[in-house]
Amino acid sequence: MALLAFHNITKRFGSLTANDNISFSLDKGEVIALLGENGAGKTTLMNILYGHYTADRGYIEVDGQKLPAGQTDAAINAGIGMVHQHFTLAENLTVLENIMLGTESLWSLGQKRAPAKAKLAQMSKDYGLKINPDARVADLSVGERQRVEILKALYRDARVLILDEPTAVLTPQEADSLFKTLKSLTKEGFSIIFISHKLHEILAISTRVEVLRRGKIVGSIETEKADRKLLAEMMVGRTVERPVLEQMAIGKPIVVLDNVSIEDKSKDTSGIPKLNQINLTVHQHEIVGIAGVAGNGQSTLADLLSGLEKPDAGSFTLLGKEVTSASPADIVHRGVGRIPEDRHSSGVVGEMMLWENLISEDLRHTPVSKAGVLIDRKACLERANKLIDAFDIRCEGPEAETKLLSGGNMQKLILARALSPKPDFILANQPVRGLDEGAIAYVHEQLLAARKRGAAVLLISEDLDELFALCDRIAVMYHGNLTPSYDAKTLTTAEVGLMMAGQQSENVNHSSKTNSGNEEQSYAN
Amino acid sequence: MQIEPREHVAPWRIAFAPVAAVFVSLLLGSVLILWVGAPVLEAYVLLVKGAVGSSFALTETLTRSIPLIFTGLAATIAFRAKFYNIGAEGQLYCGALAATFFGTGLITLPPLLMIPFLMLVGALAGGAALAVPVMLKTHLKVDEVVTTLLLNFVILLFVGYFLEGPLKDPMSMGWPQAEPIIDEGLFPSLVDKSRLHFGFIFALIGSVLCWAMMRFTVWGYEIRAVGLNASAAKFAGINVNTTVIRTALISGGLAGIAGVSEVAGLKGYLTLDISPGFGYTGIAVAMLAQLNPLAVILSALFISMIYVGADSMSRAINIPTYIADVLVGLSVLSILVSVMLTRYRVRFR
Amino acid sequence: MMDILEILVSAGFWAATIRIVSPLILGTLGELICERAGVLNLGIEGIMTMGAMSGWMWVYMGGDLWTGVMFAAFLGLMFGLLHSIFTVYLGLSQHVTGIGITLFASSLSYYVYRMLLPDATTPPKIEPFQVYEVPFLSEIPLIGEALFSQTPLTYLALILVPIVWYVLYKTPLGLAVRMSGENPMAVEAQGINVLTIRTGAVMVGSAFMAVGGAFITMSAFDAFFFGMINGRGWICIALVIFASWKPGKALLGALLFAGLDALQVRAQQTAGALIPYQFFLMMPYILSIVAMVIMARKASYPKALLVPFRRGERT
Repeated sequence: MALLAFHNITKRFGSLTANDNISFSLDKGEVIALLGENGAGKTTLMNILYGHYTADRGYIEVDGQKLPAGQTDAAINAGIGMVHQHFTLAENLTVLENIMLGTESLWSLGQKRAPAKAKLAQMSKDYGLKINPDARVADLSVGERQRVEILKALYRDARVLILDEPTAVLTPQEADSLFKTLKSLTKEGFSIIFISHKLHEILAISTRVEVLRRGKIVGSIETEKADRKLLAEMMVGRTVERPVLEQMAIGKPIVVLDNVSIEDKSKDTSGIPKLNQINLTVHQHEIVGIAGVAGNGQSTLADLLSGLEKPDAGSFTLLGKEVTSASPADIVHRGVGRIPEDRHSSGVVGEMMLWENLISEDLRHTPVSKAGVLIDRKACLERANKLIDAFDIRCEGPEAETKLLSGGNMQKLILARALSPKPDFILANQPVRGLDEGAIAYVHEQLLAARKRGAAVLLISEDLDELFALCDRIAVMYHGNLTPSYDAKTLTTAEVGLMMAGQQSENVNHSSKTNSGNEEQSYAN
Repeated sequence: MQIEPREHVAPWRIAFAPVAAVFVSLLLGSVLILWVGAPVLEAYVLLVKGAVGSSFALTETLTRSIPLIFTGLAATIAFRAKFYNIGAEGQLYCGALAATFFGTGLITLPPLLMIPFLMLVGALAGGAALAVPVMLKTHLKVDEVVTTLLLNFVILLFVGYFLEGPLKDPMSMGWPQAEPIIDEGLFPSLVDKSRLHFGFIFALIGSVLCWAMMRFTVWGYEIRAVGLNASAAKFAGINVNTTVIRTALISGGLAGIAGVSEVAGLKGYLTLDISPGFGYTGIAVAMLAQLNPLAVILSALFISMIYVGADSMSRAINIPTYIADVLVGLSVLSILVSVMLTRYRVRFR
Repeated sequence: MMDILEILVSAGFWAATIRIVSPLILGTLGELICERAGVLNLGIEGIMTMGAMSGWMWVYMGGDLWTGVMFAAFLGLMFGLLHSIFTVYLGLSQHVTGIGITLFASSLSYYVYRMLLPDATTPPKIEPFQVYEVPFLSEIPLIGEALFSQTPLTYLALILVPIVWYVLYKTPLGLAVRMSGENPMAVEAQGINVLTIRTGAVMVGSAFMAVGGAFITMSAFDAFFFGMINGRGWICIALVIFASWKPGKALLGALLFAGLDALQVRAQQTAGALIPYQFFLMMPYILSIVAMVIMARKASYPKALLVPFRRGERT
């Protein structure tokens, strides 16, 4: 009998069917990889298993017993533990507090901290997951936080571990060490459900792959019989062709950051500067990639280049003019197109109409408004219609509510706003996060087209495959520092991985350091 | 229980929401009427008659709606930017104080200039009263709800000081009240032998102007964008702090004009009881209007009807007049739910 | 200057401070519990009014004092439940709901008072809580009179400070409450229902507020007046910020505040001729604003304050 079995799970959100009649089972010691594009329904399915959501139809069995639907505590008691993609930790509290929550009766008059601590220490040792129980979660690195999430599940005696995109926030080396932990756990008899869209990880860790597409299981295969190409086709439903980088001579420098530093003024962090003496040059006709684990200063760098943050030291030059203290509006009008990290929270105002979001960077200029006071609705609608056609935004029209757009179409709307004025510099911060293959290809084509016409592009991404596919040069951020940039053709994933973990470039073959940031003189013409 | 967003919000739901809220409030209010032992239907009929049953009642209702339109607009504009100005009561008194300060003989202009001048100084004073909370909010991140609420008490005491001190009318026989506004500053009457004054026209104009600002101008766009998603607005290059400050000044100004209108339009002189909580009731007006400046007119008329009607109803059948305040409080709560139900559906399983 | 020193060493001043501080402690603790669970409760002003009216009315109608306090607390629980249904279960704006509750609860209090006492022109009185002198301790000079010659409700307020601290920081329930205010998803993921925790916290917090209101009519005074809460609820909210959401600091902040208020009343008598009394009366409100300004930057607020948690909603 299977340890865990899904029976005909169906879940709808409004008109979207996130899970459509899904059935499969998991045995003891098995590692099932749940493979699928963004939006295929992987996380929804796991949230149903863990009791965050209730399925509209179908049920789940553990050891042949029906699992009560929609009850997280029932799932935990049945031995299911979940490592969420967005960690469910309270940053202001300690590791021990985070782990102990929910393990004692809410009505008991005191907490038994000492035995809990001992148990945690023992588990730490047994599974090789080192952690300081009294540390505040806010002071931990991302890798350590993930360890706390895993320990939280193990502390509740989980037999089935769900890991939702666990490597998204890790360096390649940290991911390897996670895989080692997982392998040793399966030897101890744990079962694992591993969610990912990264094929090489799935091939490395799983025993069986269940492929999800648009909410349906479209295939199930023993890992040893699978290969990358086969899995990719199963996942996307067709062969995917990624655009290739055309060889091109670079032009004059567009963006120059010279020794830029930004201090961390918030009180609860360790005093590491958000940006530490950053040097960076991006030229015409090139795409420079910024790699790094999330939270190492990439978003501050993006904020700086978007005009949202001002440097405490150093200078920011755009097209030969210093723009160190320019506002976002200035930055846009000096020829910067910006694609923000989070579409929903900073890209668009979801409750406003499409045409309104298309003019938001241009409010006080003709033809959007007359004399910077009255908005010329007719002109705006005309422009919106043109952009909807040009960027192939699938929508009900310019007066539709923006939040109704799919992720890909919302990104196209942002591309339309940012790229239609033909900016000289494009800042693309995680531009394909959460998109499906079709939309990813579209965004990449747009960036390559911009490079071709002569724009300078800075691409910030946590996905090394994306960076290697698109970039001329790659630099890495770690703790607010930016390494020199290296020619992408001579760089390996392992080298980037080491730099992402903060190991200095001694480990990197120096011969590849051809194009580093400080050499703008040699390209000045 | 599951709450799910609706993908499309039907316009009829939006229009129906305040009607449903009002109905629910009246229904809940009827429990209180029953408690007194009075017949519910008769009580509500008396309320409506008392509010619109005669031309005198009607003019009273219209008169009472004037300050409510202004304070309702003040809340509407501020809430649109998610700036929770709960200080309209204080700003109203600031406007009234400024009108009294300049309008009791300090400056004399022909009426055509004097009235706009008083409204201007009232608006400036109202805006100034909100300047401190808004700057604390934008620069030090101090929550504006509590500061505006607390300032209401400070301002009322401040006005009290002026009415017992520097601005006290020597002819007032010891009552804390100011000298009357000079004739040039008084709003003309609209209907003979009634208290309805020109302020009503100003209120209507104010509503239309606010509506036009929100719909057609860059300022309105910025207010909406900042209220709906401040970080997206900031990213797009809108100066969020400037927008919030500008919004606050407009909001405070509107509340200030409410005070001018009560002093120069209705009473003729400033006392400490010119507002029985118009500032707070304005929040209910704005919520019932779903933050639409044109709908503010309707919802202010409705709430003023309740107040005027409740007065006469309570004289007739001994129901405490506080029933009106209870109904207003209930309507704030029920409109929240009914508006939510236009956007979400609740599923029980 | 001498005057102020004289005031500071007088037992009467300290006794008054402790008296003034009692409702503030109850209201501040109540608000603190709500906010620690992630819910701002702007209904506090109305709930205090309701507590003041209902507790007093219970006794006026013939009930005894302690059941009156319990009745007020019960109504507090009910208004807390109402606030929770709106803000916790339906996820509606905590600001607007709170203001709505304040408008509703205070007008309902006035309505009921008028309904039951339609003809009262001068507010009728009850026999309020009497001073209970703690044996021996009350004989300590200065401290004894200030701290141990108070009414039982004052003792209750003072004892609740360490109890709330203990529950919040030393029990599993307190951990769940704090966690709900920091990251509700973390609570949910450990198998605890966030909505229940938040609702419970808001209800208990609101009961505290109502008892704080009841103190005013049943211990500090003996009658109910319209508008007698007079912004005390808003002051409590400022005090919570000033206290950085910590019970111990809340007590200190409230004491400091009450001390200045008591000082202000006494200073009025001496300096009243020079400075109009209105400016003295403004002091509590201005002090509250100043307290918020001082602490606004330093305080680390509960991260999930004002953030509704909708179970099973797609993020």
